[in-house]
Parts: sequence; C-alpha cells; structure tokens
Amino acid sequence: MSLNSFKRALWLYHINAGSCNGCDIEILATLTPRYDVERFGIVLVGSPRHADVLAVTGPVPRQMVSRLKRVYEQIPDPKVVLQVGSCGMEGGVFHESYNLVGPVDQIIPVDVYVPGCPPRPEAIIEGVVKAWVKLEKAAEQRIT
Amino acid sequence: MVSIVVGPVILAIMGAFFGLLYLGIDRKLVAHMQGRIGPPIIQPFRDVGKLLMKESIIPDGALSWLFKLAPILCLMGSAVLLLYIPIFGQKALLEDFGDAIVVLYLLIIPSLALVVAGFSSSSPYATVGAQREMVIMMSYEFPLAMTIVAIAWRIGHVAETNPFMFSTVATYPIWSLVGPMGVAGTLILLIVLLLVTTGELSRIPFDLAEAETELAGGLLVEYSGRNLVLFYIADAIKTFAMASLIIALFFPYSLSPVVGIEALVPAFVVDALFFLLKILLVMFICVMLIRAAMARFKIDQVSKIYFIAMTLISLVGLILIWVDLVM
Repeated sequence: MSLNSFKRALWLYHINAGSCNGCDIEILATLTPRYDVERFGIVLVGSPRHADVLAVTGPVPRQMVSRLKRVYEQIPDPKVVLQVGSCGMEGGVFHESYNLVGPVDQIIPVDVYVPGCPPRPEAIIEGVVKAWVKLEKAAEQRIT
Repeated sequence: MVSIVVGPVILAIMGAFFGLLYLGIDRKLVAHMQGRIGPPIIQPFRDVGKLLMKESIIPDGALSWLFKLAPILCLMGSAVLLLYIPIFGQKALLEDFGDAIVVLYLLIIPSLALVVAGFSSSSPYATVGAQREMVIMMSYEFPLAMTIVAIAWRIGHVAETNPFMFSTVATYPIWSLVGPMGVAGTLILLIVLLLVTTGELSRIPFDLAEAETELAGGLLVEYSGRNLVLFYIADAIKTFAMASLIIALFFPYSLSPVVGIEALVPAFVVDALFFLLKILLVMFICVMLIRAAMARFKIDQVSKIYFIAMTLISLVGLILIWVDLVM
C-alpha cells in the first residue's frame, strides 16, 4: 500500500453547522460541469463513515455542538477537517450572536481554513488540495 | 484438480480487475454525457487503494460478527457467479456442475448479504436501505426468471441436452432458432433482462437501497475502510458477471471462427477482446445510458415497474416466441 493512496481519491462529507446555505451552495457548485471536482477523484459522500474530509460550514449554534463532535468522531482515521466560510472562523455575519458556541476550531480540530463569505469554488478546491497534503502526512505517520 | 483450486482465485481477481475497470469507464463516460471531464479510468483502483488505508470502524450497536461476515459473504457470492457463467468466450470453469438455474439462485446471495449487512449495522438508514433492497430483490426476481426460462424453453425444443446449460445455449443461439415473430419476442426479453440488470446492480434509477441523497448511503452507511472495500469490489464483480450472463444468454457468439483464426492462443485473444467489447456494449445500455438520463424512482414505483410492467412485457415476449413456434 503506497503512501500516495490518497493522491487523487478523496471522499468528502459536508455538514451544515448553522450556515446560511451560501457556502453549501458554493460546495455544490464545485460538482457542476464548470468545476467538476470528480476529475480529481473528489466525491461528495452521504455518510461520515465513508469520508476522508469533513467540510464544516457555518458558525456552530449551541444545538449543533454535540452533533458536530459526534460526526467528527464517526469519521475513520486518517481524517482532516476543512472549515469553509468566514462564519466558522469568527462568526461572520452572525458575529456575537447570543446562540453561537463557535468558532469551529474551539469544538473540533480544524486543519484547513477556507475564508470568504462565501468562498469561491476555486478557493474550496484549493482548500481540499491542502487537506490532501495533510492527509498524506497523517497516513505516513500512521504507518511509521 | 489444480484448476479447481487455482481457477476460482484467478477468476475472482480477473473479475475484480475488469469489474473495476468497467466502473472507471462507466464513470468517465457518464461524466462526458453530463458535460463534465470526469475522473480517469483508473479511479476505482485509486478508491480501493485509499479505502484500504482507512480505519475500519465497527459501530457499538452493531452485531459485530455478522457485520464483519456480510462483506465477505457478498464478495464470495459475487465471485462464485463467475465460476458458472462463461466468460472471455470460453467454457465456464464449473460448466458441467451448474446451469442458468444455479446462476439464478446464486444471484440472490450478494443481495442477501447486503440485506444482512444493512440489518446488522443497527442504523435506521441502513435498516430502511435493507428493507428497500429486499423489496427490489423480490420485484425483479420474477421477470428475471421468466426471461431465462423463456429462452431455455424455446431452445429445449431443438436441443437434446439440458437447455439451461450455457453450452447448449451457445450451440443453439436463440436468434437463429426463431422466425420474425420470435425475433421480436426475443428482443423484448432482451430489453427486460437489460432493465432487470439495472435493478440487480442497484444503479440509478433503481438505486433506492443506497440512495446517497436520502438515505446517506443506505445499506452501507456504517461501513468504512476494509469492509467497505469488499462491498466495492463485490459490486464490480457482480456488474461484470451480470453483463456476462446477458452475453451468455443472448450473444453467445465468438469472433475467431468468423475471421478464420484457428491457432489456440490468437483465437483466445480475439475471443477475449470481442467479449470485452460485448460487455462494454451491454453496460453502456443498461448502466451508463440509463444512469445519465434518469433520476431515482420511488420504492412503490420500482415494485410496480418490475412486478406489473416488466412481468407483463416479458410475458408478451414469451407469447410471441410461442406463437412463432406453433405457426
């Protein structure tokens, strides 16, 4: 089993943690014929058990905290977390709202941040590529 | 004796290789049909390599031994199919021990293993997926059996040997036995079998059991890592086997006698390549074209399509062949 197994085969699970749907639509836009991430082997899967990358959007309201942790723990190792959008970093348009627990990195460890409100699909793809590099390193550590 | 021990292993590996290759071709062509570039053809191999690197999680609530057994059962059930269905234009390895009826029964095992997998993972999504898989399984079984029996019944009128044997089917190709009416009937049966294949392989529009968007992966929702990869490979082998079954029943022709190659090795190569081409054509119709063109059915619609529409259509095919025989 080569360490490059993660090269060009990455399955991504997307969780909406109180996002306004802007980032979610941008994530879906990467699947459209214009960007077509499937040509890089990136597939959006429906179950966290199949995923390598957890894409989190939104500022994480109180109700979502336990769910987010649980989904994170359901993903088999090695895994990385891709945090999409400005809200997950510092609240964005929901800044200092009464029901926010975020940012995301206070709840689960985040590996790659993709800023923007919403970020462009190109930025999300670049974030996934960064996640790739990180995953390959994680896989390397797991073996040695 | 050696061929009985080594043969199944080689067949399973070859089935997995070509099955994954055809899955790659499928993904590439469907992407092109949708105006995308699509992944490279070797993408399924990369997916398999990656899944082998991942951790295999067994959920707390799952029935652990059954959860681990189901993927192996599914893979074995699919691989055993290749022992009875003639592939690469050659005789099947266990040709003398089983016929189309055995294949009909063996086809149930992978689906049954999937159902077991769904119920043993103790996830509501997987349970719903397993129930749907059972409903689909019961629905397509009747038209599938009817198609195979209709062809064997017609061949049985001219052949002295068991008409369910694939060698008999290959000696008396159905198309050359029947008149114009019978050709129409056989064509109808072929279409029914192609559509049954789509359901058998649970591809769009009959992929309700896995339904990524509504059931989050359905039956396989709790599977990860090595266990998931076994299902992935089993699916590839089953795809290959189903396409081979259609070819064995309807197009049991070889190219080498036509082009006049008699030496053993070149004839084998020509037949094998011709066989791979036939598989591609079958898969193009029953997997790729339909997948690119359609959305998912609801479960009651699937039942109605298979139980009522497909059964009636295959009955019409059977009657046409019968009329052709008596006239």
